Amino acid sequence: MRRYSVFAVAREGLRYHSGWERAWRSPQPKKKYDVIIVGAGGHGLATAYYLGKNYGITNVAIIEKGWLGGGNTGRNTTIIRSNYLQDPSAAIYDKALSLYENLSQDLNYNVMFSPRGLIMLAQTHHEVRGYKRTVLANQLQGVATEWVTPEQLKKLVPIINIDGPRYPVMGGLYQKRGGTARHDAVAWGYARACSDMGMDVIQQCEVTGVRTEGGKVVGINTTKGDIDCDKLGMVVAGHTSTLAEMAGFRLPIESVALQALVSEPIKPCMDVVVMANTVHGYMSQSDKGEMVIGGGTDSYNNYTQRGSFHHIEETVRALVETFPMVSRLKMLRQWGGIVDMTGDRSPILSKTPVEGIFVNCGWGTGGFKAIPGSGWGMAELMAKGHSPLTAEFDMYRFREGKFIDESVAAGVAH
Amino acid sequence: MLILHCPYCGVYAEETELHAGGEAHLKRATIGDSDEAFEEYLFMRENKKGVHLERWRHANGCGKWFLCARDTATLEVYGTYPAQTTEPPADIVAAITAKHPGWSWKEKA
Ligand SMILES: Cc1cc2nc3c(=O)[nH]c(=O)nc-3n(C[C@H](O)[C@H](O)[C@H](O)COP(=O)(O)OP(=O)(O)OC[C@H]3O[C@@H](n4cnc5c(N)ncnc54)[C@H](O)[C@@H]3O)c2cc1C
Ligand SMILES: [Zn+2]
Repeated sequence: MRRYSVFAVAREGLRYHSGWERAWRSPQPKKKYDVIIVGAGGHGLATAYYLGKNYGITNVAIIEKGWLGGGNTGRNTTIIRSNYLQDPSAAIYDKALSLYENLSQDLNYNVMFSPRGLIMLAQTHHEVRGYKRTVLANQLQGVATEWVTPEQLKKLVPIINIDGPRYPVMGGLYQKRGGTARHDAVAWGYARACSDMGMDVIQQCEVTGVRTEGGKVVGINTTKGDIDCDKLGMVVAGHTSTLAEMAGFRLPIESVALQALVSEPIKPCMDVVVMANTVHGYMSQSDKGEMVIGGGTDSYNNYTQRGSFHHIEETVRALVETFPMVSRLKMLRQWGGIVDMTGDRSPILSKTPVEGIFVNCGWGTGGFKAIPGSGWGMAELMAKGHSPLTAEFDMYRFREGKFIDESVAAGVAH
Repeated sequence: MLILHCPYCGVYAEETELHAGGEAHLKRATIGDSDEAFEEYLFMRENKKGVHLERWRHANGCGKWFLCARDTATLEVYGTYPAQTTEPPADIVAAITAKHPGWSWKEKA
């Protein structure tokens, strides 16, 4: 693989850009792989990447029914933070954030990581107490966050209206290292690096069955034929229940739609990410100038990647009070993704009842930020059978009552 | 936007009038049941890409809970029925099997 660099740009500039290579190969599936990962979203690709990079396992295929990054990875609002309440969450999300900080260099692919800072607004007394508690929890975890007053907030975010009649801004939880990254680039960068290690990224190939023998996985059926494997990683977000059913087990997951929208591009007006969880709205400004807005999930099970319009209306209505300028913005596009929700709003990274099958799911509304850390831990779990990063995210925790309860920490968990 | 017929007050209610209540026909686990039974009752849910039997409340209407058969892959509604049933009634099953031949409710499968 030819590396991207300033010299490459100069070289190609002088020869009409005729020398750029394809970023990844599009091979036909082989008969057998050591490891198959189902789902070429960020988490699947990152799992494959760290299997190769950290454990030298490169006889790997990543199987994707659509196009890589076309699931939630390419549909999210790209917020990255690690200011969670519970210790296991802080560990995996902060690992992810640390890896994001050097990801462009590591992958030789610009993922446009932008640590512009992130604020979670406290707009009720309940939230004030909750976020102050999170700041203290974060200090114990070694995750740098701080409490900011409404006045400090107004300096950081001049377009904010701190004394809205219904939900005045009473302060905020500020993580300076938080921010955003380019979602597609994260998927593309990992895919390019995987392909470069000799892994096969196979798109337009749907997994339709899982074959087991004596309680152990032996392979999968796909729309491009049967493929054998020793180990199988299911990393398919909203379709996890469907895949698990093929292998004959169940998971505590429900799939619902989550929507987002963007405005027309405007001049730079907000250089931090702001989340307002009480009113279920959050906003950041993309490099193109669009205001990127996300809201809450729909309430019913859904696989259609379309949500209900009234959620968009509610989100925008709520944001208008806190950001009056939003009322003058035209919205350009709206879309939905199918997110995989667990009972405690924490993910599942786990062995399963079938030997050789591992599952990485349940990231719900907030897994983009976790991609590198999740891939790191999942690769360790699949290679060694155990990972300190993933141990507590076992699928059996629900039976044992060992929840990693993040639903109390934030009404919405992006 | 989903529009569901409330079997109690007869209103065709828009989604904003309704509150979704998750999977229908759950069996409550109780004192003396195993951890597995509690896990099943509290956390395990049917999450089919296809037919889903679920609870809804006519929250901004008559206030009553009712049940609904809906397709999560197409958003088609097969019908709604009162909550005082332990299994989907025959006309609902007929409406479902017209579209999904051979479908049977998990408890009957
Ligand atoms: C609107 C929206 C906003 C969000 N905002 C944020 C945010 O601001 N910050 C944040 O951290 N997170 C956010 N999230 C959540 C985040 O997007 C997800 O948690 C994350 O992208 C999940 O990545 P993944 O790789 O697990 O899943 P996906 O990217 O969905 O990848 C799964 C892949 O599996 C494939 N697949 C499914 N079934 C099969 C099959 N049978 N065979 C082969 N392939 C299959 C799918 O096609 C898909 O490409 C948001 C999500 C949405 C929808
Ligand atoms: Zn009614």
